[in-house]
Amino acid sequence: MLAVLLGVAWLLWSGFFKPLLLALGAFSCVLVLIVSYRMHLFDTDFFALRLMSRLIRYWAWLAREVVRSSMEVTRVVLSRRLPISPTVAEFDAHCEHPVDRAILGNSITLTPGTLTLSIDGQRFVVHALTEKGARDIMDGEMDRRVSQLRSR
Amino acid sequence: MGMFQDIVSWILLTGGGFFVLVGGIGVLRMPNLYTRMHAASVTDTMGAALVLGGIMVQAGPSLAAIKLAAILLFLLITSPTSSYALAHSALLAGIQPDAGRAADPEDHP
Repeated sequence: MLAVLLGVAWLLWSGFFKPLLLALGAFSCVLVLIVSYRMHLFDTDFFALRLMSRLIRYWAWLAREVVRSSMEVTRVVLSRRLPISPTVAEFDAHCEHPVDRAILGNSITLTPGTLTLSIDGQRFVVHALTEKGARDIMDGEMDRRVSQLRSR
Repeated sequence: MGMFQDIVSWILLTGGGFFVLVGGIGVLRMPNLYTRMHAASVTDTMGAALVLGGIMVQAGPSLAAIKLAAILLFLLITSPTSSYALAHSALLAGIQPDAGRAADPEDHP
């Protein structure tokens, strides 16, 4: 599956069909496969196709969140008094799979105004620019959505 | 098509430029490392997305647009990863976030 994906990606990227370039492309595809095999990427069902449609819906939701919180941070930055109230929030996430935890941590960091400080097992430590942002994270909306990604 | 395309892409590019500017101002105004990273993340997300979107509209439906979309995707995956590395190593280095705390009420009754 991944091999096909990589091959298509190489063809789209280069757009050339000379023998030398095709051989180089095949070589790098094989290299990536070997490296990801050695990283045990195939032990998890990370590349499951059924994840993709859910992932795209999750991205759409995440994009809305990013726009909303970008506006929030922009308002804070441009206001004269700089009304920040930095808050460190700690909570236990519901998602257990390592990939899910990585997605959740990265999503929190990607959203302006919240920043993942550390992940220890289920325990997330999150730094928020405002108290309101910390409360939003602890509501667990994002955690719930990430946990649903893998449930069938 | 040319005129309309130009207008849309200029709106996107200007919006992206605005958010990059806001990120820069925020980095200068914020008091410490963690709050500065919040300001910088506006540049990472909205700035990068809008600027790349603007270029994509300029490129039109072509191979270049797909490549730009891929760049955006990779950027959106790698930038929070590096932010996390920076924030976590700052925490390990003992830089205390000057902040109030809020713990989950459920498991600390």
